[in-house]
Amino acid sequence: MAIALIFQDKIIPTDKHGYLLDHQLWQKELALVMANHDNFELTDAHWEVINFVREFYLTYNTSPAIRALTKAMKAEFGAEKASSRYLYKLFPEGPAKQATKYAGLPKPARCI
Amino acid sequence: MTSIEQNSSASPQESVLAIINSKAPFSSSHGKDALDVALIFAAFEQKVSLFFQGDGVYQLMDKQDGSLLGIKDYLKTFSAFEFYDIEDIYVCQPSLASRQLDEDFHIDDVQVLSSIEFGLALNRHQHVLRF
Repeated sequence: MAIALIFQDKIIPTDKHGYLLDHQLWQKELALVMANHDNFELTDAHWEVINFVREFYLTYNTSPAIRALTKAMKAEFGAEKASSRYLYKLFPEGPAKQATKYAGLPKPARCI
Repeated sequence: MTSIEQNSSASPQESVLAIINSKAPFSSSHGKDALDVALIFAAFEQKVSLFFQGDGVYQLMDKQDGSLLGIKDYLKTFSAFEFYDIEDIYVCQPSLASRQLDEDFHIDDVQVLSSIEFGLALNRHQHVLRF
């Protein structure tokens, strides 16, 4: 059973893993609340990835798999931030999985 | 998925998987299923080629929006193929012609092939999945 996500006195519907059911309800402050639930601290480096993943989803209607994410990030941020090593350092439980969560996106069906 | 065919004449160093799209988008889940399989294989660095024939060619036509039908518009995901290294996209020219469709697609680098070329391209793959 998921912990109810309460934000600005409203219950935000999530799946059992804490992912938003409606990505349009997302905002930055909500992401902070979600990360706080997980005792996870979001730095600027995390935000760079979260915003990028969200933009990717809004453009292509899909959450990127890790390989696609690194390839797309390479064009945007350069090679040193576009390795799966860098991304796993930021998101130890899996960048595609964790970044999509705080970006308010559905849990990726494909798990890597 | 309706059939799996094994292609014994292709050699191992050639492309692994061909996915044939033969159904129009949004009328059934075939197109979305084909896309999911393509992205899964690509995510594991398996070389995937996409083939469009029959009503499948409608998946490449511009200005369609499945969300108007309450269906996720998976055609938008086609624009992300470059990030999955999906580069070989073939469409059957006679299928376009018989539907009076122009060679005007919503993604770039689509190769329009004659029936014979289409068959030859397909034959360069070890496995074929038809949706």
